[in-house]
Amino acid sequence: MHSSAAKISLSRLAIHAVLLGAVLLYLVPLVVMLLTSFKTPEDISSGNLLSWPAVVTGIGWVKAWETVSGYFWNSIMITVPAVLISTAIGALNGYVLSMWRFRGSQLFFGLLLFGCFLPFQTVLLPASFTLGKLGLASTTGGLVLVHVVYGLAFTTLFFRNFYVSVPDALVKAARLDGAGFFTILRRIILPMSTPIIMVCLIWQFTQIWNDFLFGVVFSSGDSQPITVALNNLVNTSTGAKEYNVDMAAAMIAGLPTLLVYVVAGKYFVRGLTAGAVKG
Amino acid sequence: MTTATAQLRASPLDALQRWLPKLVLAPSMFIVLVGFYGYILWTFVLSFTTSTFLPTYKWAGLAQYARLFDNDRWWVASKNLLLFGGLFIAISLAIGVLLAVLLDQRIRREGFIRTIYLYPMALSMIVTGTAWKWLLNPGMGLDKLLRDWGWEGFRLDWLIDPDRVVYCLVIAAVWQASGFIMAMFLAGLRGVDPSIIRAAQIDGASLPRIYWTVVLPSLRPVFFSALMILSHIAIKSFDLVAAMTAGGPGYSSDLPAMFMYSFTFSRGQMGMGSASAILMLGAILAILVPYLYSELRSKRHA
Repeated sequence: MHSSAAKISLSRLAIHAVLLGAVLLYLVPLVVMLLTSFKTPEDISSGNLLSWPAVVTGIGWVKAWETVSGYFWNSIMITVPAVLISTAIGALNGYVLSMWRFRGSQLFFGLLLFGCFLPFQTVLLPASFTLGKLGLASTTGGLVLVHVVYGLAFTTLFFRNFYVSVPDALVKAARLDGAGFFTILRRIILPMSTPIIMVCLIWQFTQIWNDFLFGVVFSSGDSQPITVALNNLVNTSTGAKEYNVDMAAAMIAGLPTLLVYVVAGKYFVRGLTAGAVKG
Repeated sequence: MTTATAQLRASPLDALQRWLPKLVLAPSMFIVLVGFYGYILWTFVLSFTTSTFLPTYKWAGLAQYARLFDNDRWWVASKNLLLFGGLFIAISLAIGVLLAVLLDQRIRREGFIRTIYLYPMALSMIVTGTAWKWLLNPGMGLDKLLRDWGWEGFRLDWLIDPDRVVYCLVIAAVWQASGFIMAMFLAGLRGVDPSIIRAAQIDGASLPRIYWTVVLPSLRPVFFSALMILSHIAIKSFDLVAAMTAGGPGYSSDLPAMFMYSFTFSRGQMGMGSASAILMLGAILAILVPYLYSELRSKRHA
């Protein structure tokens, strides 16, 4: 009895050790980024990744903000409308596909779902020709359009799967009472949709803020999103490398999604698993 | 009853109501048909043309595909994808499952630990790549850190070693995605009936054995979903390469997504770029179709 109790507590200890070790490993890159961003370039070359800054300085952050702030605003100008529009359309689509099915709507849902897996490389060229024709090449508006179009598959999937689990009786009763399409949507469906709206908003925000492929293909110069600007900054080979600026810029690019994750992590995880497992 | 329906039919407002769902879905239908399938078809057509800097619709047959298969860089990119994808998937799954099982043992502060494992997933591949490029910097990154800490002979210069640079991509990608796999499996584990574990324990089976022989096999669906998602991430990997290595040294860390981008948009090889995009689609379909098939079949049996 004694030895088995000791064995159990020893194995509990081992479990905790592994879990804690993993916590530290996952944290290392973030800690290194933060430490490096607050160092001077001299400090960076004399110390090492995890050495404490000799002098804590915000100069890296100031320089980084000067370089990327314009692109940070571009990302906001792209992300906010694209997230709102794609979520709104996704909600409407999901509502129709679960409660107002018609002949062919299931087929359409199947066709749409493939968009979750579509490798965007297969649509880049036609999309860029189209943006050119529409006069939207290299504009933030063009990027909004692209993100709305290629975000639809996921936003529709979220809402459709959520509404499918809503009892039919609720909507049927309302229809018998003479409530129409938009009345039911406004009075019954939307008030219960807060969780899935959160999931969808957060998923789309993360996807669009973090996008690089569309950004690098469909924008240039002044209309680039922050991810493209960060990549340009980090991979330019002119002049001395200022790693503190690189790391501060990376933190600036990562902070919005990190904040959302910390504040609304529950919805973030739910979106990941809903989008993933049911996809 | 019949008069009521007749009345409803007559009302133009009701006709509108009947058409409303279709009307609401119409723009999305247009988008899907044109923006998804139409554009795929367009790219498919381009891959059979002689297009270079501008699209020209001069038939080239399979010439672009032949050029692609003659291109050493394409083979490097494809082999890298197999190596990168294989390692990335295997290691992410192993770490994800291990952490999920350990976290499932009634751990205090589980929520906090989970939050830490999953935060990299909130970051873009560009930020991830930037961070790991710095961590793996030969001479200044972990290379120097471990020497400073007393490991005199330590060398870590994989980032500039053409034979090992792909491993750098694997490390960064695993760091980003393994926490997500953990979350998927943890959610799956929470759905397992605890009485199964208790029953097996009464039979005298040890806990690791129970997990290996009973619990994990019951998570097959989660395993396949994870496999699907990870391979999808691997095939689409572009940002990570762009941020960490830009395909270098030379083109030793190229992946198909990077190849497609640089041939299509930088080198003016639209035809060949389109051909490579179509092959990427083929790779996705080769994984997706059996997956969906088995999903549908298991649903029908259930």
